[in-house]
Amino acid sequence: MNETFTKSMARNIFFGGSLFFFLLLIGLTTHSVRGLPEQDNRQNLTEEVALGKKVWEDNNCIGCHTLLGEGAYFAPELGNVYERFGHSKEAIKGFIQSRPVNGIPGRRSMPQFNLTDQELDAIAAFLKYSSEIKANNWPPNIQG
Amino acid sequence: MKYTSQSVAKPYFIAAIGLFVGQILFGLIMGLQYVMGDFLFPEIPFNVARMVHTNLLIVWLLFGFMGSTYYLVPEESQTELYSPKLALLLFWVFLVAGALTIVGYLAVPYATLAKITGNDLLPTMGREFLEQPTITKIGIVIVALGFLFNVGMTILRGRKTVISMVLLLGLVGLAVFFLFSFYNPDNLVLDKMFWWWVVHLWVEGVWELILGAILAFTLIKITGVDREVIEKWLYMIIAMALITGLLGTGHHYYYIGTPEYWLWIGSVFSAMEPVPFFMMTLFAFNMVNKRRRQHPNRAATLWALGTGVMAFLGAGVWGFLHTLAPVNYYTHGSQITAAHGHMAFYGAYVMIVLTMISYAMPMLNGRDAANSNKSQVAEMWAFWLMTVSMVFITLFLTGAGILQVYLQRYSENPLPFMVVQDQISLFYWLREAAGVIFLIGLVVYITSFFIKGEEARLTKAENVISD
Repeated sequence: MNETFTKSMARNIFFGGSLFFFLLLIGLTTHSVRGLPEQDNRQNLTEEVALGKKVWEDNNCIGCHTLLGEGAYFAPELGNVYERFGHSKEAIKGFIQSRPVNGIPGRRSMPQFNLTDQELDAIAAFLKYSSEIKANNWPPNIQG
Repeated sequence: MKYTSQSVAKPYFIAAIGLFVGQILFGLIMGLQYVMGDFLFPEIPFNVARMVHTNLLIVWLLFGFMGSTYYLVPEESQTELYSPKLALLLFWVFLVAGALTIVGYLAVPYATLAKITGNDLLPTMGREFLEQPTITKIGIVIVALGFLFNVGMTILRGRKTVISMVLLLGLVGLAVFFLFSFYNPDNLVLDKMFWWWVVHLWVEGVWELILGAILAFTLIKITGVDREVIEKWLYMIIAMALITGLLGTGHHYYYIGTPEYWLWIGSVFSAMEPVPFFMMTLFAFNMVNKRRRQHPNRAATLWALGTGVMAFLGAGVWGFLHTLAPVNYYTHGSQITAAHGHMAFYGAYVMIVLTMISYAMPMLNGRDAANSNKSQVAEMWAFWLMTVSMVFITLFLTGAGILQVYLQRYSENPLPFMVVQDQISLFYWLREAAGVIFLIGLVVYITSFFIKGEEARLTKAENVISD
């Protein structure tokens, strides 16, 4: 870099630019948070759904699955599993309940988490709620 | 080594390398589980192996950053560290807390760990990369505060250079943004939005300041180029990093329930995120070309140049590959993401820590400037084995990702996830093979520390440009 461009100019670009864009990020984030009620399906955020999120977290589901595309890539996307399973909470519960304790020879298998009935209802409710979040039409199709 | 207190860096570097080995072993376990689904099931399910793999990475990089800081700051500040004792105490606290957490992941089911660590009181667990029990998170904050106090006091009472100030700013940012890991609302969209304030603002934000500062420090030492020139580059690199990276956060706000305008903001700004990484490459090569001295530690020079190139490829090019919203619509949460993640973390953060270790370790072991030629040759073999195998890991995952996206999301008859996984298993086998080569590289790397021999010196001809 040439001599006319001095270190203090570079420093000013750094501090000025960073501060400007950080404030802009805060502004835009605030704006987005205010607009969220239209997209985030909060009208259906019941106590049962909140418990479902807790069950989701306490069993580290994100360690294998993605949810709205975020997580691990070892097991199917679950943001639309409610639709994939024919809009059936019972199907979701049945799948989780029926996982064999010792897995399936040679194949990937979800662990048996021994969830209670209340926890099963909650996780199914949470996945239904997640599927109703407006995520700019993602995923592209039913396969997730 | 100019200041005796710099020696506290040594245990940090040793712990970092030890945890690095653990990270790679668990990476190989996961890689095998991708093709042999029942491997180690149900003893170590995939989610546990992944947690160990990613958490060990984060913890050893933090050890590396802290060790680098303890080595760098006294030399830049031209004073002894404020409290070497505190640095050693925090080392043991962090190591024991980290080890207990990993043992917890492996010893009991995650739900049990959540229960016994009191996750019900303040639920923060079970989110990607932030799986640590809440008490571990609190421990991390305490260690970070003690660390920042120690480093801050050292800088305050000594010479204040651009490098140490940028490093400090990056470290403070690291600690501040980590606080968002305690915010875990029931609302999934809000949770996801602010989860990125930890993850994105770390790796595509303040960590780049740390990376830039360490790179600048080693380049000054290795090349002898005038500090004014190096500092000007550093400012421009980190300016571009934050100008592009802050609003670049938007590329994570496409498909998680956030407003549509992020499709534009995220695309435009994150498309420019390769710029600071490209500048780093130019920076490293320019400074080495303009060097005013020939440094006998050739391995460290290789690592520094490698960091520039690999950070640009991994974070820059592979990031750009899937950052535009219409592309990301198809690639979001696929093996493309995994490909990018691997080379970006290796190229930017693993390599900068290994650069610093390569530069500092000879002095920490009581040498004047460099290891023996034999030791350096082994280290350079390790550089190439690890770097080339990481390129192949990335290429194989990219192949897997392109096929996955086509079969599962783009073709006329989209196939179910597990059917697609079976069809692309060849790529997973190849990735695992490349992973084994990486492990061999890591073994060679560790071996290089034990190769003795007379310290490498410069020949008379080489000494001509030394000052």
